[in-house]
Amino acid sequence: MSDKAESGSTRQSRKNGGSGPAGGHTEKLLQPGTEAPDFTLNSTPDQTVSLAEFRGHPVILAFYPADWSPVCGDQMSLYNEVLPEFRKLGAELLGISVDGAWCHAAFKDARNLQFPLLSDFEPKGEVCRMYGAYRDEEGVAERALFVIDGDGKITWSYCSPVGVNPGADGILSALEDLHEPAEKESA
Amino acid sequence: MSNGQLKPPINENDHIKGPEDAPVTLVEYGDYECPHCARAHPIVEEIIQRMGDRLCFAYRNFPLREAHPHAEHAAEAAEWAGDSGKFWEMHDALFEHRSDGPDWLDDDRLLQYASDLGLDPSDLESALREERYRPRVRSDFMSGVRSGVNGTPTFFINGYRYDGNWDLPELLDALEGAGAAR
Repeated sequence: MSDKAESGSTRQSRKNGGSGPAGGHTEKLLQPGTEAPDFTLNSTPDQTVSLAEFRGHPVILAFYPADWSPVCGDQMSLYNEVLPEFRKLGAELLGISVDGAWCHAAFKDARNLQFPLLSDFEPKGEVCRMYGAYRDEEGVAERALFVIDGDGKITWSYCSPVGVNPGADGILSALEDLHEPAEKESA
Repeated sequence: MSNGQLKPPINENDHIKGPEDAPVTLVEYGDYECPHCARAHPIVEEIIQRMGDRLCFAYRNFPLREAHPHAEHAAEAAEWAGDSGKFWEMHDALFEHRSDGPDWLDDDRLLQYASDLGLDPSDLESALREERYRPRVRSDFMSGVRSGVNGTPTFFINGYRYDGNWDLPELLDALEGAGAAR
């Protein structure tokens, strides 16, 4: 029975471990209505991606603390599964952490991730800081989500306690909200 | 943001154990290839035994296909067996044969489990090839995403996500508490 006992507590620590007070860091996060600061980061050791390239389409920015989270069904793996739904809503997903491009390459390969992981590596955490999504104490990104519309404006942001996978529902709702006005006009 | 509320509630499309109008409902989103779900399986079974008619349990598919390459076919096989009234028998087989070795969810093993249950393995083979049950499994998956499922297993008690420990005593306590609150 001991392994069963461990299974429960593993799950517990995955969900609750290491988290500060719920939403405790949210106030510093860039808020809806703010222009999304542009950035250029490495997506592979020899390629870069700029936010401005995505003008005209919604973009999801998913900041997360680190590659190689030791659980199945971690946040990036979940988003990988939901990617077709994000794309149906016209959106591109960018994962961002302070891990280096080679680390991202290995992580992406191991999890078969089908979206870019960007390296906020040098100067470390600069983009995370611009979005109010950096944890100074640990030197890693917050678990923070942003939905940016086709005009480059933040329409939704959310900061999860760092130990809690925020799931994908909030992102999907925010993307649907982007589509709603257009649907109403055409109706 | 999701408030961790089950969407949709238990309905006629669900595979359930126990009376539909039981005072307590437990819904699990699971993946047959997930080791945590495999460890949760006997715990859930024990709880079903202990709570009897006071509990309605439903299982929904949440296969993490990129991480678990066999999870999708396993889920489709369970749904296929469900159409012959043998969902739970296949469900148990998929979790319990894990101890056989690393190939326990290979397609030929799924066909073997079908035979063991007295079902036609050639029909399962074509169902998998034609992706006959894929929409059903995807519909479960998306209901989980919209309900705030963020990994496997995720449990919902009386329609609300349960984020606590799912060892037998804790999960049982939470369920008994939910029953008493009614």
